[in-house]
Amino acid sequence: MPPRRIFTGMLLTAGSLAGSVLYRRRAARLRERVDLYAEDGSMVSIGEEMPEADRLLGIARELLAMTR
Amino acid sequence: MDAAQALADLTEISSQVVNVVIASATGEVLATTIDDEGRAGRFTNLLLELVNESDAARKERGLETMTQLEAATLDGSIFVVRRDDVLVGATTRPDPTVGLVFYDLKHCIRAIVEPDAAPAASRRRKAADATA
Repeated sequence: MPPRRIFTGMLLTAGSLAGSVLYRRRAARLRERVDLYAEDGSMVSIGEEMPEADRLLGIARELLAMTR
Repeated sequence: MDAAQALADLTEISSQVVNVVIASATGEVLATTIDDEGRAGRFTNLLLELVNESDAARKERGLETMTQLEAATLDGSIFVVRRDDVLVGATTRPDPTVGLVFYDLKHCIRAIVEPDAAPAASRRRKAADATA
């Protein structure tokens, strides 16, 4: 196989991987959640799948709607 | 520093916050960017509800005293920082720079509960925000 094709293939693979990582990071950041931070620096994240999330995120949405 | 001055400084240095309420732990509004008094009161009550519900979730998980929270939704985020008997709540657009928002809110609350704290920090933060 010509070296140019190998190089192009490697470039495409690297680009796809980088794009996938960036997409996943952004998707994770945009996930709806409530992060609680304690005095000692520890943090608990309450994601959409947890039982309290509905109530907490519901209040957050209401607050945002109130100031729109 | 009084709450109104702290609020003015916060809105000046932070490009991320949209609306802010500074309130006492009992729900008394000390300063806010929300023009309508009734709406500011309702906002504060709901903010306290969010803090109380979060506190209950925190206790269930055995987490130490909660000092700050971020509730992130697809429409934007709610940030709350509390210290002593004061809390600062702010709304932001979606996907904010979390660290910067917390930094600004903590600086704001510090200016209220520790009036002698160095005001120069806000100038340094402004420069950092401009490059973010």
